[in-house]
Amino acid sequence: MNIFDSDRWEEIWVTITRNKVRSLLTGFGVFWGIFMLIIMMGAGTGLQRGMMQGLEGFATNSCILGTGTTSEPYKGFKKGRRWNMHNRDLEILTRSIPELDILSPLLFGGNQGTGDNVVYGENSGSYDVRGVHANYQYIEDPNITQGRFINETDIAQKRKVCVIGSEVYTTLFPKKNDPIEKYIRVNGIYYQVVGVGSGISDISIGAKTSQSVNIPFTTMQQIQNGGDIIHVLTATARPYASAKEVQEKIETILKASNDISPTDKQATWGFSLEEQFNMVNAVFLGIAMLVWIVGSGTLIAGIVGVSNIMMVTVKERTKEIGVRRALGAKPSAIISQIMSESLILTAMAGMLGLTVGVITLHLADVYWLQKAENMFLSDPVVSFGTAIISTVILLICGLIAGAIPTMRALQIKAIDAIREE
Amino acid sequence: MIKLEHINKTYYSGAPLHVLKGIDLNIEKGEMVSIMGASGSGKSTLLNILGILDIYDTGNYYLNNVLIKDLSEKKAATFRNTMIGFIFQSFNLIGFKNAMENVALPLYYQGVGRRKRNLIAMEYLDQMGLKDWSRHLPNELSGGQKQRVAIARALIAKPQVILADEPTGALDSKTSEEVIQILRDVNKEGMTTLIVTHEHSVAQATDKIIHLKDGVIENIATVGE
Repeated sequence: MNIFDSDRWEEIWVTITRNKVRSLLTGFGVFWGIFMLIIMMGAGTGLQRGMMQGLEGFATNSCILGTGTTSEPYKGFKKGRRWNMHNRDLEILTRSIPELDILSPLLFGGNQGTGDNVVYGENSGSYDVRGVHANYQYIEDPNITQGRFINETDIAQKRKVCVIGSEVYTTLFPKKNDPIEKYIRVNGIYYQVVGVGSGISDISIGAKTSQSVNIPFTTMQQIQNGGDIIHVLTATARPYASAKEVQEKIETILKASNDISPTDKQATWGFSLEEQFNMVNAVFLGIAMLVWIVGSGTLIAGIVGVSNIMMVTVKERTKEIGVRRALGAKPSAIISQIMSESLILTAMAGMLGLTVGVITLHLADVYWLQKAENMFLSDPVVSFGTAIISTVILLICGLIAGAIPTMRALQIKAIDAIREE
Repeated sequence: MIKLEHINKTYYSGAPLHVLKGIDLNIEKGEMVSIMGASGSGKSTLLNILGILDIYDTGNYYLNNVLIKDLSEKKAATFRNTMIGFIFQSFNLIGFKNAMENVALPLYYQGVGRRKRNLIAMEYLDQMGLKDWSRHLPNELSGGQKQRVAIARALIAKPQVILADEPTGALDSKTSEEVIQILRDVNKEGMTTLIVTHEHSVAQATDKIIHLKDGVIENIATVGE
């Protein structure tokens, strides 16, 4: 028997269309199952992308450390001592931790509470000032749009140069003229603008890059007149090492070289972004699993619906099936007929659900998400692979849904069907 | 053509019911035979066994010298398709198929292509005088027309034997006569025909009447003697 025999398809089509309401209601179960699965998976992906977009532009294998107050007396020092990191610590750390890749010191200037602290001509704004090392660009991508970032020479010569954030630029240069080599006043001191950076990441140390003025950390040390103290350290681990490990080693060495008890937990603080990143990843894995569980549940409910209706259909068509058998329909013909019907109904409803789901996601993306600001969802899509998997699941479900009714149909004997009573 | 040797059949739903008690029967090729009997006499069971719709417990059933026994469903379906033409009391046409498609159905199960089988179906419908009704659905046809479509369907596979179960049961007397006349005509062309009926007028139109009573053949009467 030919699978592509148009009779068979006509047969199936007639059965499905002859009972429009019934077929629609049945198909709706499967439609809804797939639709929800797609929507949920799209939303899950969107959520993940939204979150990842926030992390983008910030090294995920990085850690951040700062100093606190000692909580244990050690080597003659009383507890409750405030201490600072110094430039010499940078050398010690770089020398003694092979897993350490980039070590970048940070200083914060703040805006000293004086209102508009950043001024160019008639334009001014209130922004944070950050003292950075040239290698900070490998920790957080400044996304330089004009000019350049702070470089090694700036650091070595303690130059009065700055990289301004994109928002700072729009405030100071509303006419969008070239800011490079212009002098702006920051906290009363003039700096030459060498670059503009918009930043990418939602993660920031201090203010966002787009909303801050970055100057060489050495320059800031000099201006603050606090010696060579460092406020915060950022570091990344080499590919083979974990950021957590590096963070712990840095803390140990810092304590050893600054006369702090190795067991003192309050003298330093720090966290690794890697850990946060892994946690976020774990959460998304959980969400993905939940989506599949709930989605499959809905789908199974739909399949049971199809199976149930097919059962009724078989019952209703007892006589017809009996006549067909009397006229010489082999069991295989009956099997293929019922199975095909179930398969077609499931597949059509499922494909429709898949299509409507994808369209809905697309529309939501175009007309809502892309226009909304600060949305935690971004680009909610389902991958091609997911669509393929869903389709395969659908077809399998169709077969399962058809199996029980088919067995029921096979039990119909011609005599039972055509008997008059 | 049909040879039954001591056929026994018992139904085991609840109390065992011995329906056929050793039926011996011989029907020659080209004969037209009717089976009569009160309800419960076993005539429907006999027809079902003859039509390979039901199985018998003991004995032998030869159809055209082929032993019909312990067949697989698939084999049984093939025999039903090629050797037997069924005619039912309530026509049993498929409601959503038109007359031509209904007639062509047995050929569909033989794997004959759509165009060819519809062409053959049209010939048979023409013989029944229903050429103009080929595109009509069964519910647009009268009882007599429906039964003629059913007869065309029974004939299309060129079976060895026609089995008719109360073919006139749902028809008025005038249409009944027409249908019987058609069956007679078909028989005249050499088709072995077996009719289960309780109407004497129908039975009288056949060559032989087999009277069944309580699962045994009471007598076989030759009509016209």
